[in-house]
Amino acid sequence: MSGPNTDYDPVEVTPLKAEEVEAAREAALVAIDAASSLEELKQTRLDHAGDRSPLALANREIGALPPAARKDAGQRVGKARGAVNQALAARQKVLEAEHEARMLVEETVDVTLPTDRFPAGGRHPLTTGAEYIADIFVAMGWEVAEGPLIEAEWLNFDALNLGPDHPARTMQDTFWTEPAENHVVLRTHTSPVQARTMLTREAPIYVVCPGRVFRTDEYDATHSPMFHQVEGLAIDEGISMANLKGTLDHFATQMFGEGIVTRFRPSYFPFTEPSAEVDLTCFVCRGAQVIDGVTCRTCKGEGWIEWGGCGIVNPRVLVACGVDPEKYSGFAFGMGIDRTLMFRTGLSDLRTLFEGDVRLTTAFGSEL
Amino acid sequence: MKAPLSWIKEYVSLPTELGVEEITDRLTALGLKLEAIETSGAGIEGPLVVGQVLTADAEPQKNGKTINWCSVDVGDANGTGEPQGIVCGAHNFVPGDKVVVILPGGVLPGNFQISARKTYGHLSAGMICSARELGLGEEADGIIVLPADAPAPGTDARGVLGLGEEIIEFEINPDRAYALSMRGIARDAALGFDVPFHDPAQIDFPVADGSGYPVRLEDEGCDYFVTRVITGFDPAAPTPEFIKKRLEATGVRSISLAVDVSNYVMMELGQPTHCYDRAKLTGDIVVRRASEGEKITTLDDVVRVLSEEDLLITDDSGPIGIAGVMGGASTEISETTTEIVVEAAHFDPTTVFRSQKRHKLPSEASKRFERGVDPLLPPAAAERVVELLVEHGGGQAVGVSEVGSMASPATRAPLKTITIPVDLPARIIGLDIDEATVVKSLELIGAGVTVSGDSLTATVPTYRVDLTDPYDLVEEVARIVGYDQVPSVLPRRATGGGLTRAQQLRRRIGRALAGAGLVEVVDFPFVGEADFDRLGLPADDVLRHTVKLANPLSSEEPGYTTTLLPGLLKVAARNVSRGQDGVSLFETATVAFPVDQAAPIYGVDRRPTDEELEKLLAAIPRQPLHLGVVLAGERTRGGWWGAAETASWADAIDVVRRLGSELGVAVEVASASRAPWHPGRCAVVSIDGVEFGHAGELHPNVCKAFGLPARSAAVEIDLDFLISKVPATAAGPVFSTMPIAKEDVALTVPVEVTVAAVEAALREGAGELLETVRLFDVYEGDQVGEGKKSLAFALRFRAPDRTLKAEETAAARDAAVARAAELTGAVQR
Ligand SMILES: [Zn+2]
Repeated sequence: MSGPNTDYDPVEVTPLKAEEVEAAREAALVAIDAASSLEELKQTRLDHAGDRSPLALANREIGALPPAARKDAGQRVGKARGAVNQALAARQKVLEAEHEARMLVEETVDVTLPTDRFPAGGRHPLTTGAEYIADIFVAMGWEVAEGPLIEAEWLNFDALNLGPDHPARTMQDTFWTEPAENHVVLRTHTSPVQARTMLTREAPIYVVCPGRVFRTDEYDATHSPMFHQVEGLAIDEGISMANLKGTLDHFATQMFGEGIVTRFRPSYFPFTEPSAEVDLTCFVCRGAQVIDGVTCRTCKGEGWIEWGGCGIVNPRVLVACGVDPEKYSGFAFGMGIDRTLMFRTGLSDLRTLFEGDVRLTTAFGSEL
Repeated sequence: MKAPLSWIKEYVSLPTELGVEEITDRLTALGLKLEAIETSGAGIEGPLVVGQVLTADAEPQKNGKTINWCSVDVGDANGTGEPQGIVCGAHNFVPGDKVVVILPGGVLPGNFQISARKTYGHLSAGMICSARELGLGEEADGIIVLPADAPAPGTDARGVLGLGEEIIEFEINPDRAYALSMRGIARDAALGFDVPFHDPAQIDFPVADGSGYPVRLEDEGCDYFVTRVITGFDPAAPTPEFIKKRLEATGVRSISLAVDVSNYVMMELGQPTHCYDRAKLTGDIVVRRASEGEKITTLDDVVRVLSEEDLLITDDSGPIGIAGVMGGASTEISETTTEIVVEAAHFDPTTVFRSQKRHKLPSEASKRFERGVDPLLPPAAAERVVELLVEHGGGQAVGVSEVGSMASPATRAPLKTITIPVDLPARIIGLDIDEATVVKSLELIGAGVTVSGDSLTATVPTYRVDLTDPYDLVEEVARIVGYDQVPSVLPRRATGGGLTRAQQLRRRIGRALAGAGLVEVVDFPFVGEADFDRLGLPADDVLRHTVKLANPLSSEEPGYTTTLLPGLLKVAARNVSRGQDGVSLFETATVAFPVDQAAPIYGVDRRPTDEELEKLLAAIPRQPLHLGVVLAGERTRGGWWGAAETASWADAIDVVRRLGSELGVAVEVASASRAPWHPGRCAVVSIDGVEFGHAGELHPNVCKAFGLPARSAAVEIDLDFLISKVPATAAGPVFSTMPIAKEDVALTVPVEVTVAAVEAALREGAGELLETVRLFDVYEGDQVGEGKKSLAFALRFRAPDRTLKAEETAAARDAAVARAAELTGAVQR
């Protein structure tokens, strides 16, 4: 292609005249400047830097010049082509930037559009609540013990010092299974799990037992035939009421925050002796009894809320469950998870927990 | 237990400056928990005065009523000294009677404002009050007529009525039987404030000489029976006001002098007693067990058929009382009774408890006997009854008899003693408590204490029947030292191993399901036949065989469920009816399958042997943990991105598959037919060939029966089984980074051939170079012909060590297709 052209007199080749080259360069630069889009620039490139552009043609003629003239012409054309290519590249960059900016503007969306194509799931607050409680104890090195909801009468009552004629059996209205001679009940508390643990493990024992229990209560805003308890059991050498208090204070603080502690009052439970009712500092008024001059509604101005029961494991229970009462002592405690949860979340009707409305669970997300 | 403070104070010298709240705080700290404090006459304000009716003119009214237009002397209380004109609707008074008047400006309970007002044609300036209007009782047969010796007209009536009395209601725990009496409460108040106690049972009583009513004890259920006889009793004698008021304060209705006195002494001392009309007794009183089928008409006029376990009081006529529970109607005191036999006895707590339960007759008496009454109380209680009856009913005490082993010190069981290490209270309470404090605490409850070296022996007073074990003494020391003194000390750090693998996996499963958009619910496990019918279960379906409850909440739901679906489907329908367009729910809970074996009842004096324990555990129903899922209506929401997608059988099966991949378990899916699922859209899921549940679309009838959207889908699987199949450790995968080679194939197969079968054949034929195979399209229609479907699979090949050549990939693909053709009749399109 670039062989010498012999058709015309090389000296007289018009395209190589200095002013022609200069004009072609000028025309190219003007056209480049005028290109307002990448498409126009593409055409401009073809027109002014393509194979058939004036400068390309001029370049082709150089070989036909006498050697003495080549250098000069070559330099002239080369310079002009360089300038045009540079201008093209610069213009390309500018136009690309403009294009990109315009694209981003055009692609703008309303980010407030709904995005909830996949409805959220969630775990029930009773589940996450029980896990929250369990984790407080697991962090202290305790383990989580479990047992069946339908339970042997002996484990639910007798082993826990609730003999057949114990007046306390009337305090717990029990669901009995048929036939009664099978001595199988729906557990009325999670305490049979404690009995099972003692029967099957060696001391020392530190277990917490969250779980579902049943009593023949009417179903209303504060009672349910099915509810949830968490019980704890510690069996070790030298266990005392002070250890029980220390553990429950820690539990209360972890559950409800700094400054929330427990108070003991004498009480009676067949499986513990001494026994105590546990009160919790009111976590609403933080024990102050009044909020902004008004009597606290949560604790009715007491500064304390009833939380559960506890005590030193009755040695009779230790004996029935195969723990040596001369060597070991233990403590046990129990409280309602549903109730604790209602405290923490401000729910006022227990039935909300059991009717399965998805709005309850989704309100809590997947963790408590 | 309700106790008027003034009654308690009769037996304990409490400092006068102590307020009722200080007293109840202390008693609560001692274990007598305050339930409520009431003040009698609370809500009455303004001038409440004694009035004397001067005139009362009966005036019949058009409405049929007759009112009395009265002039009442109220002294200077009205400011004028003139008689007050008052309209009164009652008729139980006559001029001259002293009455209780509230004057204009006063307020009665319920914020009832009194003012002078025009009524029945008169200006009635005030009101003559009934007990009910004053909030003093339920009876309103008429207005209160005060005794003739009541103070002069115009005197404030509050004192006359005993208003302002503070009545404390205690919640008494079952072990503190002694506190079911003023005597017991006063004793704790005395030790609580370290002030003297005056025992109302410390009274003189005559020595038994056989002059009372003859009694024979033929059963060990009664170890003490005292009878006293009163003659010349006036059956018309009224109950004195102070007894009436105190009984009312304790919540006991006044009936007659004899009954009231018996109840009064029970409240005072804690010893129930009973009065018989001597004239109605025939022959000796005999205490014995009932014979089966024997009958008694009790005081409430109910005929009760007795059991051989019931302990009876009888005479020649037959049963005249169920011991410790209720007397009989035939020997009841009446308005003609002039000779009374008073019984004060001690009965076996368990016997009384069982009789009370058997006959559903809980009473104030049985409550005390079943918890334990001081066995030495009968003679003192009988004396108190006789004393009060003679004082207020006239007559004379003429005879005393007593029988039973407790009657004589010679045959009486010795006082119980409990020996403990001196430091036991300190160790168990976790507080430095010195020997002197332990001794003093036990002496305060009335125990005799001796210390010998490191051991302490307490002799337990008879009124503390609850104290039997060493730790009982620890509790006594603890409550006297004060539970608020117990320090807060964490036990030594336990060394548990954290959550078990199964516990961790259950949490993980819950999170995975929630992450997949499922909402957890908690439901009751009770189920009935109607639920199974709605599921369309066949009559002999194993799921219908439930653990039955003897006392279900609802007779419609007498079983403990075998499946989570009925509950879940109802919950889903509830959500739909509350406006949810789509519900995706899950529940994890145990279900129960009966084992029909009896669980033994062992003793508690030792641990059961391992064999005994095994036998016990084997009798408990099998209770696997299940997962139930229901997907109803929209599974994804519609929006600007497109339409909502409705939940389908595929979503249900995917829940199980996802759990499988979450847990690293290969779940196999095969078609099945099982109620309540759609017979053509039900999958059985299994692991290693063992089935563990079903998933798919619900049968259209089931959707209808539960009110669910059409095509709702459900899952129920045994989670315990799934968890048991989770490998303990997952093997790390080995994967190649060589380039992938892609081959798609379209195969035509008969419609009944499953994708799983074709896929398995492709895998088998393709050999080791195959990395994945995935179905990406299914087509049925004219182009593939009747009874056929076209399945399009994407095959992905990769070698571990080299870039595959085109011929290698093609050969593997052809081998795959050939194997599919061989095994499933597939034809490549
Ligand atoms: Zn508060």
